[in-house]
Amino acid sequence: MSPAGDRVGLEVAIAKKAYLGASGESRAALRDVAFALKRGEVCALLGPSGSGKTTLLRIVAGLDRDFEGGVWLPSPHRLGMVFQEPRLLPWRTVAENLRLAGASEPKSLAEIAAVLGLALHLDHFPGELSLGLARRVAIARAFAVKPDLLLLDEPFVSLDAALALRLRGELQALVETHKATTLIVTHDVEEAISLADRIIVLAGAPGSLIADLAIETPRLAMTSRQAAAIKAELAALAAPRADR
Amino acid sequence: MLSRLASLLVLLLVWQLGSVFAGPRALPAPLAVLAVIDAEARSGALFFNLAATLLRVVASFTLAMALGTALGLAMGRHKPVDRFCDPWLIILLNLPALVVIVLAYIWIGLNETAAIGAVALNKLPIATATVREGARALDASLDEMARVFAMPLGVRVRHVLLPQLAPYLAAAMRSGLSLVWKVVLVVELLGRSNGVGFEIGVAFQLFDVTKLLAYALPFVGLMLAIETFIVQPIERHVSRWRPGRT
Repeated sequence: MSPAGDRVGLEVAIAKKAYLGASGESRAALRDVAFALKRGEVCALLGPSGSGKTTLLRIVAGLDRDFEGGVWLPSPHRLGMVFQEPRLLPWRTVAENLRLAGASEPKSLAEIAAVLGLALHLDHFPGELSLGLARRVAIARAFAVKPDLLLLDEPFVSLDAALALRLRGELQALVETHKATTLIVTHDVEEAISLADRIIVLAGAPGSLIADLAIETPRLAMTSRQAAAIKAELAALAAPRADR
Repeated sequence: MLSRLASLLVLLLVWQLGSVFAGPRALPAPLAVLAVIDAEARSGALFFNLAATLLRVVASFTLAMALGTALGLAMGRHKPVDRFCDPWLIILLNLPALVVIVLAYIWIGLNETAAIGAVALNKLPIATATVREGARALDASLDEMARVFAMPLGVRVRHVLLPQLAPYLAAAMRSGLSLVWKVVLVVELLGRSNGVGFEIGVAFQLFDVTKLLAYALPFVGLMLAIETFIVQPIERHVSRWRPGRT
């Protein structure tokens, strides 16, 4: 259990994470990053490139254990993740990819496939899908396992703006329905505001936590004026640190 | 298909013509060889010897593929294992088949263990080296995906690992099968009392080219049938997901 109590969905306390450079020197990627998310809370991890967002996500996912500090998750827990690339098994159909990841209930699987417009593609191999569809399958896979903790690493990167907007809407609908503790890595402020209850800003090299903002206004009712005000606040917080 | 048939017909014609020029003792005509195949088949000797050789091929091939896959995976995935085993692999790759066979017969004796072990040892380094390349080319991002979604070990091996290794395993199987059956014939010639290699050895001592061909050709046919009806369909099945394949 987390030191902060059993209502916590995720607690992160990283003192330092460093990589070995090509010439053998140690290069810090993260320093003093600590935060906790309530169960069901949706948090966007925002920051410029190189601020350690993906490194942090990999540590939370258990893919990188070489760091100073700790990560606490409720026990037992089920993890769902959307990587920057779809990472589908090319030799298995869409349906098999979902089933092999742990999606066992045909009804919920069919519902998720319907929300993401995949119903007609379940028997296709990933090589027969467009990048947009492959990303939808990756999102469906993460939700199909009924995760307690959902990690999304720039799920719409390299998609055209219109498709990214449509997928963001679909993801938003799934996040609202599934109530999983969610951590979304993005460098798109608009995306962070539209999806998250809370925004954590990382900046600098090594990346450290420079702001922790709650989005109190219901996301769906947020006016463009409020969104612009939050974006301005984030820009003011992030810019001076990022330039150092 | 027609061009293949035409090619075979031309081969038979060249054989027939060669028989006319060289004489039936040096190169018997196709029909003479067919008559001996028929006689050996009727007596049961042909099938007995084919079965004995085939069993040795299957046993040594299975042994070499199993050990070669395990060793290749370990070497491809773990650098210390690779560094330790690589010199052994290079030595085995360059050791002549005949040396391995003779040493096996001297050290173990003229028995099946020595025969099958010697053939497997000849095939092992090629299978290991091929699978090692496959293990080195494994996609780490898919491995991470499997870990994140907590896929059980059996699922990871069957659905993540083996499909990536399939092209390398198929290559190892193909080259292995063609090598194994050739080495099995040498092993039988040198130290067994049955099998196609033993019968070819007897025919050689009697300069009986008709009998030699009567045993060699059905065995080549059998190996071609295994390649066409077992190895190739397996390869097509595991590659069916690739774009452009049907």
